[in-house]
Amino acid sequence: MDTGGNFLPIIAALPFVGALIPGVMIRAGRTACATYTFMASALAFILLMLSAPAVFRGEVLQFQLEWLPMLGLNVNFMLDGLGLLFAGLILGIGMLIILYARFYLSREDPMGQFYTYLLLFQGAMVGIVLSDNILLLLVFWELTSLSSFLLIGYWKHLPEGRQGARMALTVTGLGGLAMIAGMLILGSIVGSYDLSVILQHKELIQASPYYLPALILILAGCFTKSAQFPFHFWLPHAMAAPTPVSAYLHSATMVKAGLFLMARMWPVLSGTPEWFYIVATTGLITMVLGAVIALFKDDLKALLAFSTVSHLGLITMLLGFGTEAAAIVAVFHILNHATFKAALFMSAGIVDHETHTRDIKRLGGLRHLMPVTFVIVTIAALSMAGIPPLNGFLSKEMMLEEASHTAWLSNPWILPALATLGALFSVAYSFRLVAHVFLGPKRDDYPAKPHDPAFGMWASPAFLVVLVVLIGLMPNLIAGPLVDITAAAVTGGHPHAHISHWHGLVPAFWMSVAAILGGALFLSLHGALERGWNAAPRPEAKVIFDAITRASTRASHWLTDTLHNGSITRYGAIFAAAITAAGLFAWFESPMSAPTREMLPINAIMAIGWVLLVISTGCIIAFHRNRILSLVLLGVIGLAVSMAFVYFSAPDLALTQISVEVVTIILLLLALNFLPGRTPVESGMPRRLRDAVIAGAAGLAVGGLTYAILLRDFAAESISAYHLANSYKGGGGKNVVNVILVDFRGFDTFGEIIVLGIAALVIYALTKSVLRGPGGRWLLNWGPDDDEAGDRHPLMMVVVTRVIMPIALMVGAYIFLRGHNAPGGGFIAGLIVAIALLMQYMASGFAWAEERQRYHYHAMIAAGVMTAAVTGMGSWLAGRQFLTSSYGYIHIPPIEEFEWATAMAFDTGVFITVVGAVMLALHSLSSMSRRTGEQVNIHPMDVDPGRGAAPADGKEA
Amino acid sequence: MIEYALLFALACYGAALLMNIYRIVIAPGVGDRVLALDTLVINIIALITLFGIHQSSTMYFEASLIIAMTGFVSTVSYTRFMLRGDIIE
Repeated sequence: MDTGGNFLPIIAALPFVGALIPGVMIRAGRTACATYTFMASALAFILLMLSAPAVFRGEVLQFQLEWLPMLGLNVNFMLDGLGLLFAGLILGIGMLIILYARFYLSREDPMGQFYTYLLLFQGAMVGIVLSDNILLLLVFWELTSLSSFLLIGYWKHLPEGRQGARMALTVTGLGGLAMIAGMLILGSIVGSYDLSVILQHKELIQASPYYLPALILILAGCFTKSAQFPFHFWLPHAMAAPTPVSAYLHSATMVKAGLFLMARMWPVLSGTPEWFYIVATTGLITMVLGAVIALFKDDLKALLAFSTVSHLGLITMLLGFGTEAAAIVAVFHILNHATFKAALFMSAGIVDHETHTRDIKRLGGLRHLMPVTFVIVTIAALSMAGIPPLNGFLSKEMMLEEASHTAWLSNPWILPALATLGALFSVAYSFRLVAHVFLGPKRDDYPAKPHDPAFGMWASPAFLVVLVVLIGLMPNLIAGPLVDITAAAVTGGHPHAHISHWHGLVPAFWMSVAAILGGALFLSLHGALERGWNAAPRPEAKVIFDAITRASTRASHWLTDTLHNGSITRYGAIFAAAITAAGLFAWFESPMSAPTREMLPINAIMAIGWVLLVISTGCIIAFHRNRILSLVLLGVIGLAVSMAFVYFSAPDLALTQISVEVVTIILLLLALNFLPGRTPVESGMPRRLRDAVIAGAAGLAVGGLTYAILLRDFAAESISAYHLANSYKGGGGKNVVNVILVDFRGFDTFGEIIVLGIAALVIYALTKSVLRGPGGRWLLNWGPDDDEAGDRHPLMMVVVTRVIMPIALMVGAYIFLRGHNAPGGGFIAGLIVAIALLMQYMASGFAWAEERQRYHYHAMIAAGVMTAAVTGMGSWLAGRQFLTSSYGYIHIPPIEEFEWATAMAFDTGVFITVVGAVMLALHSLSSMSRRTGEQVNIHPMDVDPGRGAAPADGKEA
Repeated sequence: MIEYALLFALACYGAALLMNIYRIVIAPGVGDRVLALDTLVINIIALITLFGIHQSSTMYFEASLIIAMTGFVSTVSYTRFMLRGDIIE
């Protein structure tokens, strides 16, 4: 059946889609909300059942869709027996939980939220078990960690809920990180991230030297998720969640994800001594430890939580044995545990709901008050204890049988003895659950009057208990085929499960008898044992966890605060020291090749330029506290650098450098107006000395490196030749620099103009907020210290800037138009036009120029970016990639033939953005000083010969 | 002949640059420094033009054109800053 595979993505997607519904449907009432949530799960379940017959015939359904094939990440799903069992449990028990939660949650609980989280979690779980790609599986794996965090912390008002959720997320999240590394190693060993491929390469993986690291990392993920020792401690704390969550996460789903993965990877990872000793030993310890602790827990849910830990250990141990028979038992017990444990959790919720307490010490004698619950709990608990003929007995007996002939470090006694001990405690706590809650004399001090709940609430556990009995009575009929195909999927063979109640007087029988009798004995001695347990010192996991978390938080704070203390000097020092150290390391590690280039002769003019650079740089260090002098010296450096660009045949760079220089000076002068003339001394001599040493070392290192590089040819072939060869052919321009900007690296330029626009908008926003705050009030009363001299708007300057304006615009247009083939382009042209506009602001004042400005600079930035984007997208219409340029020639009779290129439109976008961004930045800064309460001039200049004499400062109305 | 003239001119403007930097670093007041910077800009225009003639290339003309057209803006900004503090009123 080919269509079967196409259901798989729908099955995985349905819960996610369904997660959108409850939030809306909750407005139609709680029952409607639960119904629609139920329908999402039910639909997925039906589709799964439609796919099931094919799986029972032995087929493996697959669905493939390429997502990021270059990374090996594909949306591949598959469904085999193992996936069917788990998906069936997740969706089936999910539906029962949805029904149960409808009655469990009170009116105060936001039910829509609950169902949304639940379906998100369900989708993530279904995704894990259906994934055929380990990277996709990891995505779903992380999603379960996140969605379970939301579920466990659902009662946000309870501190235990929040702490439990955080702990679960920390532990399972860390495990998930380890597993990502493990999966990547596994994928790189095989060369594919597809599970179905990986599962074919057992020898390759086990022979690899990376087998052990991969195994440990993957198991770290599985053990944290499945609460195996020593990571078991998060599970009991997650019990702060509402009971439906506990029942769902801790019986059938979340904690079984780790088991699922171990079973999934079983064919390729198991069978080695490493696997046996890590997995089986961990499972054994967890099983015994969990069972012992469970016996002494008074909280119903805590008891069940530790019993879950114990049973997970049991299944882990079975998987660890690495034999086919043990794998069959593991699969069978997964199914059985899900049925009776979910029923028990829901029943514990019922007891809590009706009596308002979960403390076993305060309960007892409930059998007459809550007969239905009593029957359900008794059957499920007896199954958990392994009493015939229930399903728990079958798998536990089979487990003991496997344990009885497995040697540990060639000692045949340790494993069977400990397994029996675990079973014994398991019997004891199961009996205690029934005896101390339901049997015994009726009490009169219950916090609330207990009675059986409504049918809707006990329907789900009752259904599960019916399954418990049916599987127990007719295992081969009901569970046999499912166990067979699941075990076939796990082991890769064709195993057949022989499930029967009576195996004869084999060791397992006597172990079972010993466990039941011993368990009953321990229960009768419970009071004495408990006193001993409480007196014994034992480590408290939460205290240790909190201490570790606190310590690592403190360490992170210390590190962050030390590195990022807000002082730019420190950032500079750390950066310079780190880079210099890395450079020195590389320098000493690898020998330098001999110089391959000759030194060029130096001429007198270049020597003078060099002297200019050195003197100005040195003087900046000496005079840096005098701000205006530093700025003047910076100007000299800029000019010297542009001269160097001219000399070394980089006219584009020279043009850019010159225009940037002018804009920078104007910007800094605007800012300097608000700053004191001198920088105060803020640090002592030792610190300045330290900084000097670091700066000197970094400077010398960079200088030395540059010198070394300039004397040698490049190690790799330069890409310049490609650009030179393809500039005209591909980009239609003879100016390679410009073609690189608008074509080869057009995407970079596109990003850069966006950044430029954002920077200008940020300056605008910052000045706006400064003006609105206390800074603005300060500015209102602020005036220059000394008297102002000269005219505000001198006639000479106004006239000159007016005259120069059209010339500057003309030059801008010229530079822009020829940019594609000769030095120039949108960026330089934008700067020139911006300078021409700035001159008007300077000459006739801000307000006067502002009045004549018709376009908002914000809009100009937007228009520029949009122009560039639309040009880039235009190439989609031609079926080519973003920003692919094309060009051609146009001949209009009176003019010579000229070239057009789409790059021109892109460059227009750059041009408009640059003008808008520069103008907005300067406009914002200069608007700060406008608030000093000056009067606004109406005329462009103070003295206008054509207008006759006018009073200074434009006071004329 | 033009070769010698060029070399002579280059030498003169080079010497002028050195004098400019001297005045920028050691000066009685800010005004002198700004004036020296302005002169330095003019000298660099000349140098670039001479260099272009020397190389027989028109490629460098735009550089000197743009410095000539915009260089004075920074001088004006400095003077406005010295006189009035605020360069855009």
